[in-house]
Amino acid sequence: MTLTDDDRQTAGAAVTELPDSVDIVTEEGRRLAQQLVDAREHHARKLLEVRNLSTQFFTKEGVVHAVDDVSFELDYGETLGLVGESGCGKSVTALSLTRLVPSPPGKIVAGEIIFDGIDLMRLSKEEMRLLRGKKIGFIFQDPMTSLNPTLTIGYQIAESARIHMGLSRRAADDRAVELLGKVGIPRARERMGDYPHQFSGGMRQRVMIAIALACDPMLLLADEPTTALDVTIQAQILDLIRSLSEEFGTAVILITHDLGIAAGMCNRVNVMYAGRIVETANVDDVFERPRMPYTWGLMDSLPRLDEERGARLRTIEGMPPDLVSPPDACRFAPRCTYVRDVCREHEPALTARDTADHLARCWGTESGGWIK
Amino acid sequence: MATRTQSLEAPADLQHKPTSLWRDALGRLVKNRLAVVGGIIVVILVFLAVFGPFLTPWNYAAQDLKSVAANHNAPVPPLKFGHLFGTDNLGHDLFSRLLDGTRISMTVALVVQVVVLFIGIPIGAAAGWFGGRIDNLLMRFTDVVYAFPDLLFVILLSVSLKDTWFGNAMDGLLLVFVAIGVVAWVTMARIVRGQILSLKETEYVEAARAIGVSDFKIVTRHMLPNAIGPVIVAVTLGIPAAILTEAVLGFLGIGANPPRASWGTLINTGSQWMSSTPHLLVFPALAIAIALLSFTFLGDGLRDALDPKLRGKQ
Repeated sequence: MTLTDDDRQTAGAAVTELPDSVDIVTEEGRRLAQQLVDAREHHARKLLEVRNLSTQFFTKEGVVHAVDDVSFELDYGETLGLVGESGCGKSVTALSLTRLVPSPPGKIVAGEIIFDGIDLMRLSKEEMRLLRGKKIGFIFQDPMTSLNPTLTIGYQIAESARIHMGLSRRAADDRAVELLGKVGIPRARERMGDYPHQFSGGMRQRVMIAIALACDPMLLLADEPTTALDVTIQAQILDLIRSLSEEFGTAVILITHDLGIAAGMCNRVNVMYAGRIVETANVDDVFERPRMPYTWGLMDSLPRLDEERGARLRTIEGMPPDLVSPPDACRFAPRCTYVRDVCREHEPALTARDTADHLARCWGTESGGWIK
Repeated sequence: MATRTQSLEAPADLQHKPTSLWRDALGRLVKNRLAVVGGIIVVILVFLAVFGPFLTPWNYAAQDLKSVAANHNAPVPPLKFGHLFGTDNLGHDLFSRLLDGTRISMTVALVVQVVVLFIGIPIGAAAGWFGGRIDNLLMRFTDVVYAFPDLLFVILLSVSLKDTWFGNAMDGLLLVFVAIGVVAWVTMARIVRGQILSLKETEYVEAARAIGVSDFKIVTRHMLPNAIGPVIVAVTLGIPAAILTEAVLGFLGIGANPPRASWGTLINTGSQWMSSTPHLLVFPALAIAIALLSFTFLGDGLRDALDPKLRGKQ
């Protein structure tokens, strides 16, 4: 569910009108008032607010700043893309949101994660466990390795429903059959007793989606859900994620290195580089008016159909930087073709560009910058 | 045209249902002749252990003193006076005693491995799953048990508890079984720990955490079934070791209270008559050799069959 500004105003207005018309002393009046307050809070808040999240890995070579001071928000029902090269902190961001960062050596060292009004960092381990799978679903990259080879498909789908919805074995099995049907597995009931090796890669990813959606979560984290699949299957899986997230009203964080996928799926896009968000905007703004040379580089390196045959695929020269001791400089500077001295001396902040919600981290495109 | 017919035939091959890990392993096991022979002998031994008393007219404790007297007070040789393998100098029927020894050895195999599983799996799983300090503590404890001389420990335990209720249970055998098990679990703990450590890194374990499965269920439902192959192999290869330890104890006179006699006890008796009536030594020694070899062959076969590197190959 996405809210317009009008919705927010009505929600706010309803509460201000309340004291005159309703007698708060009565039980009924108090209940009504509480409902309205709840509704206002619900409408005003986001599904997910991440503030200054930093996740580090303490290795022998030093402290790796895998996610460095990342903040973003996500509305109910919205689809957000996390885009960037390998090793830029996308997956660690997703793992941090569910507090699944392998520890040791990883640790969330700072930041707040407010999910549906709950501060996840304050939850106990057990409370966090009961939230995973119930409110937040997770789809992993490689469906060949993310299903347990010794358990049946049916068990693996029903497990989540049994843990979180308190269903009996039979009721959970029925739920699993329903989900298998929803993700497009034919003869679902017959296939419940099958093992993962009896499914193809695309089918397994469908099963993973069924597992992730088993408890009707509010947020779905999809970590490169199609990277390990054939191109022909990719589109089917993405369609499935989109249609089911619309049907269930689930917000999605889609992690991908493929800008094309992000363009087709997302409402907003966060471009990440070296553990930081370097550009964030509506999907249209990112693709029509990107304001960060790294985003241009990512777009240029997409293969295009209208290109001359035999033309070389463009790449971004160089490698992402070592994240052990990031300097106070633009982290993209060593690879940037527009680089100037200021980029190597100070790190730019994430500041607004054309619109208030289009932010970029670049000296060159700031007002008065040298890149037009 | 030829290429076209080929490409049309290919999908037919793909329609074979992929075989499961277990069927795959079984296929490789039955192709291993030694393992099959070992397995068949193991089945026969188990059969003899269960139904032994019905296969012989003599009780293991019965003394056929008449035949011994007729044989000038010497052990009766095989196939004389109705004794298949002869008797010892006290008139005990050797065949009956061997059958009872089979029962003792097979019980050793079973009970010791149960003890090993009950101690080794929880300790190994806890060490692997929790890691860090708990891992260190448990593994150092395991090292201590590993470094302690097994036989000495078992002998000390047997001797010190000999006159208690526990020491006399099952004709004194329960104590021996438990004592062997208490020192034999270390290998199992190490194997399970190693398995859990590597399984912890798998994506499906992470996926299980991501849907909120509890730690206990992750270990018992998601990890241990994947570690079952190496555990089975360790159990099968642990059995001959346990049988041998029990035989050594029997040879040293520790273990079964008379008149029961384990294979080790029989060898001890036989060794006293080695020069005059070697059959008293040969038959129990053969029994031990056959049992050890068949369990070892079966274990080796299982290890090869369950080797994940060979999965899918024939």
